[in-house]
Amino acid sequence: MAEIIKVGMADLKVCAAPNGLTTLGLGSCVGIAIRDPGTKIGGLAHIMLPDSTAIKNNTNIPKFADTGITELVNKIVAMGANRSKLVAKIAGGAQMFAFQNKNEMVRVGDRNVEATKKKLAELRIPILAEDTGDSYGRTVIFYPETGDYVIKAVGKSEKTI
Amino acid sequence: MAKEVSLETMSQEYFDVLKELGNIGAGNATTALAHLLNCKVDMSVPQVRLLDFQDVGAIMGGEEQIMAGIYLCVEGDITGSIMFLLEKESARHLVSKLMGFEIPDGEFDEMEISALKEIGNIITGAYLNSLSTITNLKIYPSVPALSIDMAGAILSVPAIEFGTIGDKILLIQNQFSDDVQLDGFFILVPDIESYGKILSSLGIG
Repeated sequence: MAEIIKVGMADLKVCAAPNGLTTLGLGSCVGIAIRDPGTKIGGLAHIMLPDSTAIKNNTNIPKFADTGITELVNKIVAMGANRSKLVAKIAGGAQMFAFQNKNEMVRVGDRNVEATKKKLAELRIPILAEDTGDSYGRTVIFYPETGDYVIKAVGKSEKTI
Repeated sequence: MAKEVSLETMSQEYFDVLKELGNIGAGNATTALAHLLNCKVDMSVPQVRLLDFQDVGAIMGGEEQIMAGIYLCVEGDITGSIMFLLEKESARHLVSKLMGFEIPDGEFDEMEISALKEIGNIITGAYLNSLSTITNLKIYPSVPALSIDMAGAILSVPAIEFGTIGDKILLIQNQFSDDVQLDGFFILVPDIESYGKILSSLGIG
């Protein structure tokens, strides 16, 4: 029986097929799903902030896009995945509240998505699909077996990217 | 220069002070709600918790629980933001009460959303007012913004703000009831400098 492993906020987990990974209620955070289609080993990270170097208190590795993605890749490779075959899908980065003012903090969803793309490009991991931005929360489920990234949102039909 | 405070290493004394501010603020908010609805509103003793990010969703009945979140930025002597969260059915009940008729299930319409924002505005306003009075600091709230979505998604906003200063979130859980039980939560997110200002204005730290 396949198991769906839960990934919390500022957290990351890896698994192999047929198991899956899920994170519930992504808001401005970004859920980064990476897998190796050959070995069907994959992982999911739920990052909260774009840049670990921008703040002092940065010991929490999965909290940041830069350190979190690196750690996720290391863990996937440590499980036996082929580093050069890794592909990614990303979701989240919503702006949950519409404010007129352009407070940097409010735009954090966009910044998380930008930082995620930058880091993945740096690591030469292609992004196959994304469902980012907008103003609603997302629950995601990732299956390393097929690479399916299922996205659920309130009042919207479920989709797979 | 106000001392820098970290939530992780905060002394019990500091924590108790923040807790007490939370109590007083929530008490005033409840009174404001009673005035608004023109009925008696009881409030249980608020619970103030310092939670890990992972545990925040569970407190509200799971990350996927639909909540109404009203969010305001705060400016003045202290800066930061405040959020008031209400479980969706509680929100529906409050709006019905305010509008004077039972509103149907389903999505809130424009009028109801506007009513909900006003409720949030009054509740958070009362909360901030009491904080301002006690600390003698000027606190100005912005126009409220509203989101009705999964608890996890709404909470990601204050969680991210807390995330810039530490790995925990400070949450005040407040149960109040008129004829039905209502569950509400306050999350006050002062900037790191503002914690110090609040505490030193009270002669601590």
